[in-house]
Amino acid sequence: MQRAASPGVSLLRAGQGTAVGLLRFVVLFGPAFVVFAVVLLVAGKNPMKAYADIFSATLASGYGFSEVLVKMIPLLLTALAVAIPSRIWLINVGGEGQLYIGALFATWGALTLADLPRWALLPILGALGFVGGGLWAALSGVLRARGWVSETISTLLFNYVAILLVNFFVFGPLKDPESANYPQSAQFVPAATLPTFFGTRVHFGLVLAVLALVIYALVLSRTRWGLEMRAIGGNVEAARRSGIPIGWYIVVVMLVGGGMAGLAGMTEVSAIQGRLRPSLSPGYGFTGFLISWMAGGRPLGMVAAAVLLAIITAGGDILQMTQRLPGSVASILMALVLFAVLARRDRARGERAG
Amino acid sequence: MRPPQPEPMVTMRGITKSFPGVLANDHVDLDVRGGEVHALLGENGAGKSTLMKVLYGFYRADSGEIRLRGHPAHIRSPRDARELRIGMVFQNFTLIPGMTVAENIALFLPHLPALLDKGEIAARIQEVSRRYGLNVDPSAEVRQLSIGEQQKVEVLKLLLADAQVLILDEPTRVLAPHEIEALFQVFTNLRRDGYAVIFITHKLHEVLACADRITVMRRGRVAATLARGEATEGGLVSLMFGTVPAEPRFYRSAPAGETAAPLLELRQVSTRGEGASPSLHGIDLAILPGEIVGVAGVSGNGQRELGDVVLGLERCSRGTKRLFGHDATRWSVARIRASGLAYIPEDPLAMAVVPALTVRENMALGDTPKYARHGGFSMDWASVRTDIARTAERIALNLPPLEAVAGTLSGGNLQRVVIIREMARRPRLIIAFYPTRGLDVLSATATRELLLAARGEGAGVLLISEDLGELFALSDRLVVLYRGRIAGTFRPQQTTMNAVGFLMTGSPDAHAASG
Repeated sequence: MQRAASPGVSLLRAGQGTAVGLLRFVVLFGPAFVVFAVVLLVAGKNPMKAYADIFSATLASGYGFSEVLVKMIPLLLTALAVAIPSRIWLINVGGEGQLYIGALFATWGALTLADLPRWALLPILGALGFVGGGLWAALSGVLRARGWVSETISTLLFNYVAILLVNFFVFGPLKDPESANYPQSAQFVPAATLPTFFGTRVHFGLVLAVLALVIYALVLSRTRWGLEMRAIGGNVEAARRSGIPIGWYIVVVMLVGGGMAGLAGMTEVSAIQGRLRPSLSPGYGFTGFLISWMAGGRPLGMVAAAVLLAIITAGGDILQMTQRLPGSVASILMALVLFAVLARRDRARGERAG
Repeated sequence: MRPPQPEPMVTMRGITKSFPGVLANDHVDLDVRGGEVHALLGENGAGKSTLMKVLYGFYRADSGEIRLRGHPAHIRSPRDARELRIGMVFQNFTLIPGMTVAENIALFLPHLPALLDKGEIAARIQEVSRRYGLNVDPSAEVRQLSIGEQQKVEVLKLLLADAQVLILDEPTRVLAPHEIEALFQVFTNLRRDGYAVIFITHKLHEVLACADRITVMRRGRVAATLARGEATEGGLVSLMFGTVPAEPRFYRSAPAGETAAPLLELRQVSTRGEGASPSLHGIDLAILPGEIVGVAGVSGNGQRELGDVVLGLERCSRGTKRLFGHDATRWSVARIRASGLAYIPEDPLAMAVVPALTVRENMALGDTPKYARHGGFSMDWASVRTDIARTAERIALNLPPLEAVAGTLSGGNLQRVVIIREMARRPRLIIAFYPTRGLDVLSATATRELLLAARGEGAGVLLISEDLGELFALSDRLVVLYRGRIAGTFRPQQTTMNAVGFLMTGSPDAHAASG
């Protein structure tokens, strides 16, 4: 079963801009937007107005587009957190928790090493974020490699543990003494803040995310480890008999994947929030899972899917403000998009079988 | 009892089927009558499977005509074929392991009612299985059945679905000698009742043992169709290959160097089998340099586990393993392979090859540390190619196309990929499972030659096979594996195939009982 070769992927991969690509986009996602329009109508809102708001607030203005990019950074990184383990059929649903632990580690570094100069502090924070998320995921990797617990279950459950752990720290040891009873860490010093570009909120994390994506693609296609991972993903039994250390790979891909999510946590606290809060992520880890899954782990597909879901995420914020809709309407649209991809995929599978 | 009908049950005329770059069937004509067992003989890639997949609707012919009992038939899918009472047993069975025999068969039946009458289905299974000697327990789970029993279920499936034309693709490939005999008996029973049985094979003696008529295919064409009475081994071979190859040579056992240090030494090795796989009990086995040790046994008696223990995939729960003079009881697979072990598994597609990767990439998997450059950041594909080409030439096996995706290759080609890959590493010890299975006569000969050549150079070989003829021809020593224990050790010249066969079935005095 070649999950990577499904048509939803090729669609996302076909690249935007071409007329064909646009047409396929409309055919695939049109129904999702129509159904969502019905939902808006039922809620007593004007769907055309709502879509116009989303469009003008995201793609139509430079500022809007920059906000889409800002959202894409954690989405791309958490998508990689899922995509890397998925190459050897591991299902990491713990991107959210790994993001939180990465943010926690980075926050600890930002508060205790605040005296370091910026050029030294930022790489350390990045490394701490990576290590935090990585170790958190590697724990699930070890449990899986030993054959004790499925990584799907453990990463899912560790999400709750991670979020509660962050809560514990912001209510306790890391609580900002100056912010009365508000559960949050102290404000980061400027040296612990990632640089931003062109006066927008788009920050250096974008460079990290794109770089990570390129390295991911190159490692898979060019290196010994990529070949061995594709072997494990393609036929575990053959890989095992070729002497490829499966257990080692399970732990390492979980560590690297979790590291990506941890990095997303670090960039969020450093560049966007400026401090650690319990409401750090609006579910980036879960949306990242969706992105990786929609794109079958393909690098360009993940970029395309991340753009789409970043627009929807940003659109949710807009609808909250302009249409006074609850913020969770974005989840409805996300779910509809997911159904569209699912339907498309199943139809293709049916055609192959028949 | 119906007499054989004069009108052929199946008539294929001018069937042509091409794949990109290959003309698999070139104007093939075939007649199969009711009440006959028809063998399709030919080497790998001769077009036998393709022709049968056309008949079964799995492929559509580019041109040509199929008639059933004289009427033109349009077979566009296996569903059409089944409605026209054609059934096929593929090399890879299509049973669902977690379901019972009766459930598997019920799933296959046309017009399955919404409410299943399991009792009635079981009764029908028992009636049909008794009639044709296909005895299986309808309530057994398929996962608990041996390969031979699973094959019976596949045949039962077709019979209960009312098929009249039964196609079997290399049915004997996975069977032990006594199971093959039983299968041929089933063929005889089916012939008696007017069924048409077509079976694909490349084993001459099977053809001569049970076929009424034989169609020999060569390079996509029919070389000849003969009645069994007209066929001789030599004649069939020359039809298959166009020329008569040299007489199969008589392999003499090399004198064993009893004094040399063994390459492999298992002492009192036991394993804990999980689930359905058997465990090994107190295995003592040594392989000396320049020695081929054959392992005879019906599959599922611990052969795979024995190979896995040597390879390091399965841990010894008791006992020790020494490789090349070192204690290797706890070595990893990678370390054992690096020390000079080659492994040719029983099922290349499942156990040695990654179907989604190309042949070239699969070749590199045999030894990734060797081909990695810059600490693993890139791969030296040039030296992979050189090694493959050199090895293929050295051991005289045709090289499959390097950029082909492995999953698209035929079984014989996959086997060649694995053999070439493993031999490229110049191993000191070779574990070979059924190494000639699925290979045509020429490739099989080349493979036997290369095992002998490796022995000549001082390598040791652990040869696991069900082909007693092959084991007797190649082995210096022979052990019989039965239920995870070594039931006997022989020199081939000091025993007989019958004696070994009885040990394999766990009945050392069965010949006395059966008379």
